[in-house]
Order: sequence, then structure tokens, then C-alpha cells
Amino acid sequence: MTGALETALRARRDGGGKCLVPYITGGLGSDWIEIARAAAAAGADAIEIGIPFSDPVMDGPTIQLANDKALADGVTPHSVLDALRGADIGVPTAVMTYVNLAFRGGYQRFASGLAASGVSGCILPDIPLEEIGPWADAADEAGIETIMLAAPTAPDERLPRICERSRGFVYGVGLVGITGVRTELAASAKIMASRLKAITDKPVLVGVGVGSPSQAVEVSEVSDGVVIGSVIVQRMLDGGGPEGVGDLVSEFRAALDAGS
Amino acid sequence: MTMTDPGERGRFGEFGGTYVPETLVPACHELEKAFREAWADPEFRAELDRLLSDYAGRPSPVTECFNLSEELGVRVLLKREDLNHTGSHKINNVLGQALLAKRMGKTRLVAETGAGQHGVATATAAALFGMDCIVYMGEVDIKRQELNVFRMRLLGTEVRSAKSGSRTLKDAVNEAMRYWVSVVDDTHYCLGSAMGPHPYPWMVREFHRVIGDEAREQCRKLLDGGIPDVVTACVGGGSNAIGIFSGFADTDAELVGVEPAGGAAVTRAVPGIVHGSKSYLMQDEWGQVLEAESISAGLDYPGVGPEHSHLASIGRARYVPVTDDEVIEAFQLLSRTEGIIPALESAHALAWVSRDRLELAGRTVLINLSGRGDKDVNQMMEILK
Repeated sequence: MTGALETALRARRDGGGKCLVPYITGGLGSDWIEIARAAAAAGADAIEIGIPFSDPVMDGPTIQLANDKALADGVTPHSVLDALRGADIGVPTAVMTYVNLAFRGGYQRFASGLAASGVSGCILPDIPLEEIGPWADAADEAGIETIMLAAPTAPDERLPRICERSRGFVYGVGLVGITGVRTELAASAKIMASRLKAITDKPVLVGVGVGSPSQAVEVSEVSDGVVIGSVIVQRMLDGGGPEGVGDLVSEFRAALDAGS
Repeated sequence: MTMTDPGERGRFGEFGGTYVPETLVPACHELEKAFREAWADPEFRAELDRLLSDYAGRPSPVTECFNLSEELGVRVLLKREDLNHTGSHKINNVLGQALLAKRMGKTRLVAETGAGQHGVATATAAALFGMDCIVYMGEVDIKRQELNVFRMRLLGTEVRSAKSGSRTLKDAVNEAMRYWVSVVDDTHYCLGSAMGPHPYPWMVREFHRVIGDEAREQCRKLLDGGIPDVVTACVGGGSNAIGIFSGFADTDAELVGVEPAGGAAVTRAVPGIVHGSKSYLMQDEWGQVLEAESISAGLDYPGVGPEHSHLASIGRARYVPVTDDEVIEAFQLLSRTEGIIPALESAHALAWVSRDRLELAGRTVLINLSGRGDKDVNQMMEILK
């Protein structure tokens, strides 16, 4: 059965558009739910909500800082999910966090907690294919779409298995490295997208190192769209609020719609 | 029991595994394959043995501590890893990994370090093999282990300060992993303990197995019956402990790992997943990793290698915590009675033997003296003022 996340992304793609999924650090500031709503209203197809973790090894300085600030404010997985419960964001949401937060109370409990908060998908970047089984089974059971990451370092024979196991969309990692804005799109981003597009019909979004509307357009020549994280979180850290983040998402939306 | 090959999935019972970002999975697979081949290759083994003897000074002796034994009422033997080149057991693993990295065509090493012993050992191997080297060290540790920072720089290594989180060993591991994610093609992550994703816990144990194998042979000559009653070592990530345990796991010797009270992951026995494997982990009710607190930078780590969690869960080894005060006392005790200044890390194992001497009365205890205390004298001078 196709989940709400994949349904929304397919609808955008099948309508001839490109998918836009901004990332927001859950619990960062008191207005993060309004920021998520503003991003949705500005043309995001889904929102990724980061649940802050003490040791985010896939994340660069911007998201690390956001994590630390939120944790210092007492944010917990429970408080993030509690805020999402009943908050009508307007588009499907996916949580991104690290495996230990899901493992701590048990995968089934975490997955059903996501479902109870109205979350559609989940990304755990530190569980690769070899270890995903127990989590993915629990997530499937709870109706949570587990989004798998595919990295440029993966040999060809690995990618079909990743696509097969992925739900919602396939997350192509744009470069060999951690999250953060770069001055130019890495050559690996479009290559990653084309390797994935050649083997799957699921939506293929590229994230990590996609930090400007022009970079989003460039990679979306091949991919079905983008995930944008650090650029959004930086705007949150700068105090941009719902309006500032909404404006930024509008810029990405307009660029993707114009294809330039 | 014997300590076996954890298989391609890297499992020690329910612990271990390969919990890393996708980007690193091929590198872990490549490393597993390369290590498996090298470890079965007599030429590789001979080259490593040559380095261990001619460069690092192995075998390290076992010293019987007559004065200390009399004072404690416990027969104490020390496996003298403090006498290795660079001053600790760390060189065993580093020479193995650097030789392997070279064989794999890697040109750069990256490492994390707590007390600086692993960083110094890695910097040493990099100098010897002509490789570039970057060592991440927590900002707090850079302050308390100034001497080792200077040694690393002298050896041509770039020391980078890890400024996130608790700014100690845990954060140095995070930074080293983040760096590795971005340069994985030409760089080998020279992990310093028997932790991390498969194959590290297994590979690091195998490179330190020499400690246990030598000690077993030395005890055979020294002791009636050949086996000490107790084999003990300090445990942070647990590399020196797993090395000496591996020589005695198949005997009747009791195996005891000694943890700092402020970093007692095994004693608390709550499983978690961080830094590549499933193991016991100090964490809060939500799964956020807690900051360890120990007088010794090298044990200031909230996790532990997965094989220790396994040994604890099946009851083959037991793990006990000691306090900083007990460690300070033991540091002075060995210095005063035997003329051997231990590393603060190694002093943990001594602290347990000294504290629980009544329970151990009349028994023979082999302590892995994993390192020497030169690096700690500044810190101790401040404490004992």
C-alpha cells in the first residue's frame, strides 16, 4: 500500500512538477510548528522534521548547532511528537533522527508513536540496509514509510536493494560528506540521481549539499526533486521565523516550477 | 569459551553490527575483506610481528610485584604494556591498522583520541609509514593532555579540536566519523578501541590479542598451574582489556573489567546504538547519550566495545566501577611500592585490586598495565598539591 508521503510526491511528479521537501529541526524555537506550516503553504510537498539527537554524525555544523540549542531547551522526542499530534501542517511529514532514539524504547513503540502523531515517514541515517530489518518491519507494521538513503559510494549491485526497501521516496545523498550548504552542487549529485532513476519508479529526491534554488534546479534536471536542510535551519537560527522560512521555500518552489 | 570470529555481520551475541551511514558501508565492507585476507596472509603477519618486536619492543614483560603483593596480601603480576614504544598498548593496534591501510592503498590516517595515547601511536605509525595523519581530540582533553598534543604535532600530525557536545572522547569520535564520511576514498579511519562498526571491534581485538597470548605463555612459566586466578584491565572502549582477555577466555581465570564510576556503561547495562555498533551505552530515558565523567581522559567515554557487553551478558566477564579518588590512591600506591608510575587509565585496574584486596586475598591477579603515567604527571601534580 502506498503511504501518504509517497502519494503526495508521486502526485507532484505525475503533474509534471519537482518535489520540494524542506527539513526543520523539531523543537527549535517556540514557533517551529508555525514554520512547518508556513513551509507547507509556500509550496513544500512534505516536511522533514528533525528530532534532535546528542550525537548527529551525519550532520554538519548548522544542524549540529540547531540540535544543541533545542536539546539545551529541553526538547525530547516526546515533546516533538506531542507538538505534531493534531497540528495540521498541511502536507505529509517525515521524521529524521538517529537510530538510538528509536531503539531506546523499542522500535515498535517508536513507530506507533510516530503514527499516533500523524507522521507518515521516517529517516534513520545510521541504519544501513544490513541492519534495517527489525526497524523496517516495525515501521511497516505501524504504517510508517521508511525512507532509505543511497550514497555515491554504493556499488551498483547495492542500489536496487536500497530502492526495493525504501518507502515514500529514495533519498539520494548528493555528495560524499555530511549535511551543509556548499558553494557549488557536487558532480556526484546528478550522477547519484541518474543511477537511481535508472532502476526505480519510486520518487528520487536528492539532499545533502543542495543549498540554493539554482542547485535545486540543477539536480532536479535528473532527480524528481530535492531535500533542503541546512539552508532552512540556518534561516531558523537567524530568527527568520515562519515568514522568513516561508519566503525561502517560495524561492525554491518558484525556481523549481520555472525550471531555471 | 573462546573469542571467535563474529562473522560477516559482526555479531557478538546480540551486540555489534554495522550501524553507519550508507556512505561508509562500502568502506566497512572493503576493510573487512582486506583485514580477513591480510590476517590469513603469512607475509602480512610476519611483517607485523617484525614491527612489533623491532620497532615497538615486544614482547612486553610480566613483572611480579613483590612489594605491592606483600602490602595487599594479593599476588600481583603486571603485564607491562607501559614499556611499549609510545608508552601504551595502543601501538599494537595502530601498527596493524597502518600496515593494513598501506596494503589497501590509503594515503591518510584519521583517528580520534582521548588521553592522546592512541593519537600519539597513530601519529607515530603515520610518520613511520610516510602517511598523512589527522587526529581529532576533544577541546577539554587538549587542555588536560598538553604534552601528548605536542608529541603528535612533533610527529607531523595535524591535531584538530573537537568543540561539539562534551568536548571529550565521544565528540572526537563524532568528528572523526564526520571527517571520514567526506574523505572515505583515500583515508583509513584508524579507530583506537575495540568499538565502532564491524570489522573494528573484531580487528582491534585481533591486533591486541598479542597481549593475551604473550601473557598466557609468560604465566605458564611463572605460575604453578600456569593460569592466574584473576585477569583484570581497565575498560573505556575496552581495547587493552579485550586484548588480555582473549588470551585467557578459554581458561578458568576470572575476567574483570574495571570501569570509571562516571563512565560505567557495562555496570549500568542499558543497550544502545551509537558510533557504529549495538552495545551498552550511558543514555537518558529518551536515548540521548550521556556525558561520561572521569579523571582519566582515555576512559571518559559513555559507551563500550560490543564484545564486552557480550562477555558481561553471558557472565564470562564481570565489570566493576571504581571512583576517581580510588584511582588517585592507586596511582600513588604503585609508584611508591614498585617504582612504576601507571597511566591513570591503568590505575583503574589497580584501584579495584587494592580496594577489594580482602576479597582477593591469597589469589594471583594479572593486571594489564596498559600504559605509563608520564602523560599524567602534570594533572596529578595539580591534584596532589
